[in-house]
Amino acid sequence: MTEAPALALSLSGLSKEFGGLRAVDDVSLAVTPGERRAIIGPNGAGKTTLFSLISGETRPTGGRIALFGRDVTRLSPHRRAALGLARTYQITNLFPRLTALENCLLAVQALTPAKLHLHRGLARYPALFARARTVLEAVGLGDKGGETVRTLSHGEQRQLEVALALAGTPRLLLLDEPTAGLSPAESHSMTALLKNLDSAITLLVIEHDMDVAFELTDRITVLHYGRVVADGLRHEVKANPLVQEIYLGAP
Amino acid sequence: MRRALPPGTPRIAIVLAFLLLLVAPPFLSSFLLALVTQAVIYSILAMSLDIILGYIGLASLGHAAYLGVGAYSVGILATRHGAGFWATLAVGVLLATAVAAVFGLVALRATGVYFLMITLALGMVVWGLAHRWVSMTQGDNGISGVPRPDLGLPWSFAQGLPFYYLAFAAFLVAFGVLRVIVGSPFGKSLVGIRESESRMRTLGYHVWLHKYIGFMIAGGVGGFAGVLWAYYNGFVSPADLELATSVEILLMVALGGRGTLLGPALGAALIVFLKNLVSVYTQRWLLILGAVYIGTIVYAPEGIVGAVRQWTRPGEPPDVAALGARRPRRVAS
Repeated sequence: MTEAPALALSLSGLSKEFGGLRAVDDVSLAVTPGERRAIIGPNGAGKTTLFSLISGETRPTGGRIALFGRDVTRLSPHRRAALGLARTYQITNLFPRLTALENCLLAVQALTPAKLHLHRGLARYPALFARARTVLEAVGLGDKGGETVRTLSHGEQRQLEVALALAGTPRLLLLDEPTAGLSPAESHSMTALLKNLDSAITLLVIEHDMDVAFELTDRITVLHYGRVVADGLRHEVKANPLVQEIYLGAP
Repeated sequence: MRRALPPGTPRIAIVLAFLLLLVAPPFLSSFLLALVTQAVIYSILAMSLDIILGYIGLASLGHAAYLGVGAYSVGILATRHGAGFWATLAVGVLLATAVAAVFGLVALRATGVYFLMITLALGMVVWGLAHRWVSMTQGDNGISGVPRPDLGLPWSFAQGLPFYYLAFAAFLVAFGVLRVIVGSPFGKSLVGIRESESRMRTLGYHVWLHKYIGFMIAGGVGGFAGVLWAYYNGFVSPADLELATSVEILLMVALGGRGTLLGPALGAALIVFLKNLVSVYTQRWLLILGAVYIGTIVYAPEGIVGAVRQWTRPGEPPDVAALGARRPRRVAS
């Protein structure tokens, strides 16, 4: 038993094979609490699979995952969420036929005992509504609460993605390409939003846009064919010849 | 947030319909009264299936099983053991819930068409039991001579009209209970599961548990309808829980509008009336049923309530998930 504060996230020798394909190959990672780290890498590098392994939606074929010092390798996604883990999706994954507020309510009640109450209306839980409204405000959707998700713009849906993840006051937040498909202006305000998140939240961000990745985070992990090929502060990673080769091609 | 009464549905029409159901029956012919009574009982069944189809988002083809469990509970207990209304009601509902608890363990491992096939098979198991377990169910002959209940009230439920009011009261109870459930945080979680199971999981919901509880509630309320059905007919036979019954219930929900409790109730009423009126002219009732089903799916995939909603609020975009074909949400890379 060590006295040092537990790592927010610790992966050791994590692997995922799909048939013969090693999507994630022997990945080890240590993320300290409060750290903000970007995960970059070309398409198909295994970034999203890595997130699904951490969130528990996919079972690893090898290795271990620990959240806040607790081994969660065999834990189901909802149990991991209860430990303070939240994620967003690269391909927007909301409740399309519900309103923005209803989406947030589902996210807010997820970690409360109220979710199994069936004897009285949701309207009788003002605290849940208050929290849901706060979360909507926080991502800049304060005036969109009554609108059905399908009628929201893509940018607003991306904001709602973040709102759902924030609703449960997570300690570790996995953001899968939060700026995917956003216009430069939208991308800019999303970056500002994420930058202003509570600094106690540990952040892991998959990002294709290097500017966004560099602005949000200080450490960067580079994945290539499922393997960690570089890991360090951003200037180190930038200077890494292998990373330059992957991104710019061989000299 | 009040989705039990869809926002586009004119409230006035609903209130009028309830008033009519309360006031009109004494003036109906006995034939019409019988149809209205059947419609009211089937409404309970359709609303209970709606929890699975409309809220959880899974199509079940075995819902007649719960009708059967409730009905046979009455048939067996009331004829052989002289059990009264409340005893048979309690046993019927609890037994149907228990059967749903067992079936749920099997069926909820699957989704989509596999769920449909498993529930179909489980429904056939109950039908098979009713058919073959002769010492208990009297097989094909069925159990006849089920007496109408005696609640110690001044009216005899052997009469059509008092029994109708009993059934209507039962409908109000079932509607009230289901309405509270679908409006509760738990009820909302079912809708969330319908919309995106994967998201619900990572938000922190034990998705299977929520589905399982919803499935049991649907089974229990289905059993409730079965209890009334047995008392109404005075007779229980395997014909009550044939596959065709399950199909009919599914159609009632789809026709009326899934995900809205009163839609399926309306669907149930329409199907009961249509079935009885068409049967006067032709024996090809199933053919008509099939045509109605196809027509619903093609022209009003969200059912009558959905169509009314579209009509009263034309700004809403058409539903992407209308055909129940939920888009797979596989994450890439």
